[in-house]
Amino acid sequence: MSFYDLYSQYKDVDTAFHLISSKDVEKAFQAQKPSIDHFLSLLSPAAYSYLEEMAARAREITLRYFGKTIQLYTPLYLSNYCDNACAYCGFNAANSIERRKLSINEVEEEARAIARTGLKHILILTGESREMSPVSYIKECVRILKKYFTSISVEIYALTEAEYGDLTAEGVDGLAIYQEVYDEDLYKKMHPAGPKSDYKFRLDSPERGARAGMRNVNIGVLLGLDDWRREAFWLGLHTDYLQDLFPGVELSVSLPRVRPHAGSFTPAHEVDDRAMVQIITALRIFSPRLGISMSTRERSDFRENLIAIGLTRMSAGSSTRVGGHAIGLNEETAPAQFQIQDTRSVGEIKAMLEAKGYQPVFKDWMRI
Amino acid sequence: MKDLLKIGGKSVNNRLFIGTGKFSSYDVMKRALEEAGADVVTVALRRVDSSSKTDNILDYIPKECILVPNTSGARNADEAVRIARLSRAAGCGDWVKIEVIQDNKYLLPDNLETLKATEILAKEGFVVLPYMSPDLSMAKRLVDAGAAAVMPLGSPIGSNRGIKTKELVEILISEIKIPVIVDAGLGSPSNACECMEMGCSAVLVNTAIAIAENPVGMAKAFSDAVKAGRLAYGAGIPQSTRHANPSSPLTGFLRQRK
Repeated sequence: MSFYDLYSQYKDVDTAFHLISSKDVEKAFQAQKPSIDHFLSLLSPAAYSYLEEMAARAREITLRYFGKTIQLYTPLYLSNYCDNACAYCGFNAANSIERRKLSINEVEEEARAIARTGLKHILILTGESREMSPVSYIKECVRILKKYFTSISVEIYALTEAEYGDLTAEGVDGLAIYQEVYDEDLYKKMHPAGPKSDYKFRLDSPERGARAGMRNVNIGVLLGLDDWRREAFWLGLHTDYLQDLFPGVELSVSLPRVRPHAGSFTPAHEVDDRAMVQIITALRIFSPRLGISMSTRERSDFRENLIAIGLTRMSAGSSTRVGGHAIGLNEETAPAQFQIQDTRSVGEIKAMLEAKGYQPVFKDWMRI
Repeated sequence: MKDLLKIGGKSVNNRLFIGTGKFSSYDVMKRALEEAGADVVTVALRRVDSSSKTDNILDYIPKECILVPNTSGARNADEAVRIARLSRAAGCGDWVKIEVIQDNKYLLPDNLETLKATEILAKEGFVVLPYMSPDLSMAKRLVDAGAAAVMPLGSPIGSNRGIKTKELVEILISEIKIPVIVDAGLGSPSNACECMEMGCSAVLVNTAIAIAENPVGMAKAFSDAVKAGRLAYGAGIPQSTRHANPSSPLTGFLRQRK
C-alpha cells in the first residue's frame, strides 16, 4: 500500500467541498475526534465564515499540546546545482544563474556563524544533483554540522530507503520533503524534466524516510500551484496516513506560498491570508499534535499573528542562498532560491516571541 | 509530625511534582516553582542546553528541588536507557522518570518497553519513576524490577481531562506497596485534590499550570489543593450518600426482639 491508493480514492474532492453545509461544519467542530469527512468540512467554502470560531478552537488545542512555545530553526543551503526543471523554482536547471556548492570548510564557517545565534536545530538544503551534491557529500557535511547542532534535518532530493538510512546513521534525525502539488496531472506539468518528474517516487519518499529511522518528518505543498482546498485536504490526508503507519514519528507540515524568484513563473491560484488561516486551523483541529512550520518567506506581521492560532515552528535569521550566513555570497555569486520577507535576525525573532509571551525553543532534541 | 513522602531515599514535603514544559518563559516557570514551593521538578533532558549561558533551563530550577530528568522522546527501552545514562553523565543526578512513547496521536506510554528500561536502570542505581498506563500486573512487575514509584496517567498528556482512570488507579493504590503518583491529564486543582483524597502519594502536573493565564497563581492553587487532598485523606473522609438514612429497614427487627 502506498499513499497513492488513498489519494486515488479521494481524488475527486472538488464536488464534495461544495456539498458541505454550515450544519456539517458545526458537526465537524463538535467532533471529539474529527474524521476525514470532518476535515473536509473544515476546509470547505461553508467553513469560510467560521474562521474566528475555528481559530479559537485551534488556539486552545495548540496551547494544550505545545504550550506557549515556538521551536526555532534556520535553513543552510549547501548547493544550488540542480537537474530539475520545476516551473516555480529559482534553482531550475534552465535558469542561467551562478551555481555554487559549499566546500567542507565553508560548511563549517557557515555552521559556526549560525551556532553563534544560539540555534541548535538546522535544516540543510541542496538542489537535486546526484553528481554535484551526492549523498556522500551530504554525509560529509553532516559530520561537520553534528559538532554544532543537536538536531539536523535534510530538505534535499528524494532518496531511496537505504540512502535515508545512511543519513540517519550519520546523525540526521529529520526529513523535510514536499510533494509541492498532489494533483498528479498538474505535478507532471510543473515538473517536466529531471528525476523529480517521477510523481510516485516523490510521493512515497516520506514513507521511505520514516522507515529508515527519521524521527521527524515534515511534508508540505507549495500553495498557489493548484486550488488550495484540495491540496490542503490531500496534505492532511497524507499526514494522517503517515501517522497511522508510523505512530512514533513526529509529523509536521509546511505551507509555503509561491514567492518571486529568478525566472518568470506566475502562480495560477491565489491563496490569500484568510485561506492560510483556514488551512492552519483545519489542520490543527483535525490533527492536534501536528507540528506546523512557517518560514521567513511569509511577512513578519502575518507570522506573528499565526503564532497564537497554531504555529509550532518558525525559521529565523534565514538566507535562501548558498553561503548566505557567513561567507558573504550575494545575488550575483549565488542567487537566492526565492525572496524572503521576514528578514529579522534570530535575536530579533527571539525578542518578538518573548514580548508576545512565548518561549523561543532553541533545543528540543539531542542525538542519543 | 510532618507527613513526608519517602521516595528514593529522600523525604519530600510537597506532594505536587511539577513538569517544566510549555511555559511562556523560564522566568515564569521559575516563579511558578517557587510560588508552589515545589520539591520535585521534572525536566525533559532533550530540552536541556547546558552549553547556553542564558537559556539553560536547569539554571531556572531552584537548587533545593529534586531534579527528575525524563526520557521524553524515547520510543523504546534502549533509547530511554541511553537518555538516562546521558542525563547522569551530564550531572543531572540519579533520578529518572521513564517515558517511552511510541504513539504520537495520544501520547500513551508503552508499558512493556517501560518495564524493560526500569529493570536495566534500577540495577544501575537510578531512582526510577516509570510513567505508565494503570495496569495492576504491570505495576507489580515494575515494583519487582526496582521502581521507586509508579506513575499511572490520569488521562492522556495535555488533555486536561482529569482522573479518567480512577477505578484502575484506586486498585493500584490498594495493591501496590510503593508510592502511586498520578501523572498527566490533571486539568484543574480539584482534579489534583481528588487524586490525593483517593490516597495517591503525589501528583505530577505540567500543562494545566504552564498554560494557565496566570501560571504562578495556578501553581499555588495546585499546591494548596494537593495539601488539602492529602489532609482529607489522612483525616478519613466519611462515606457519602445521596439521601438521609434515619432507620435500619433491614435489621431494625433485631432491636425489637426483647
